[in-house]
Amino acid sequence: MARSIKKGPYVVESLVRKIETLNRSGVKRVLKTWARRSTVLPEFVGHTLAVHNGNKFIPIYITENMVGHKLGEFVPTRVFRGHGQHVAEKTPVPGK
Amino acid sequence: MARIAGVDLPNEKRIEIALTYVYGIGRATARKILDTAGVSGSIRVKNLTDEDTGKLRNIIEREYKVEGALRSEMAMNIKRLMDIGAYRGLRHRRGLPVRGQRTKTNARTRKGPKKTAGVMKRTVAKPAPKK
Repeated sequence: MARSIKKGPYVVESLVRKIETLNRSGVKRVLKTWARRSTVLPEFVGHTLAVHNGNKFIPIYITENMVGHKLGEFVPTRVFRGHGQHVAEKTPVPGK
Repeated sequence: MARIAGVDLPNEKRIEIALTYVYGIGRATARKILDTAGVSGSIRVKNLTDEDTGKLRNIIEREYKVEGALRSEMAMNIKRLMDIGAYRGLRHRRGLPVRGQRTKTNARTRKGPKKTAGVMKRTVAKPAPKK
């Protein structure tokens, strides 16, 4: 179900403010963010955002095609390492 | 035999139905096209006048994306998702359901026929008969 147009896109305000200051100063640097739920606005294009995946920050370069998607869509939170196979190998390493 | 958008329409069917043989036109779209053209939907294709056929062809060409163009548009949309590295693109790449359906069971439409994996236990059992 699509979001009502009346409401406009959902964006995290603090992130937009930071991006806009970057835009105004013309500086490009990687912004760390937890705001996976924020929509990508056209203003974000050309920036690199480090989006949290629950563990670390994954840098994502924002291109024009990504506008309208949510930041979280580009950073998977789960790692699927396949089923079975390693029958009698060592115990799984915690973490990683 | 009427040819519309590169598809031959079946002669014996009512035009309302025959139009759905074009990729991208279903019952609803077919009816809308016929309404705008002012052609009755219950005429058989073989009884259609050339003028009517032309009208239909015109409307479809002007207002609808069908067949190859539609297919390539869809392919482009999917390709875009894959290229930007979105989750949905990932699911397309893997051939898994894209819209959050469960995959523990079902999802056979996307995953294709069952491939039984199963843990392979020692297959080399002693063939020696008991007793």
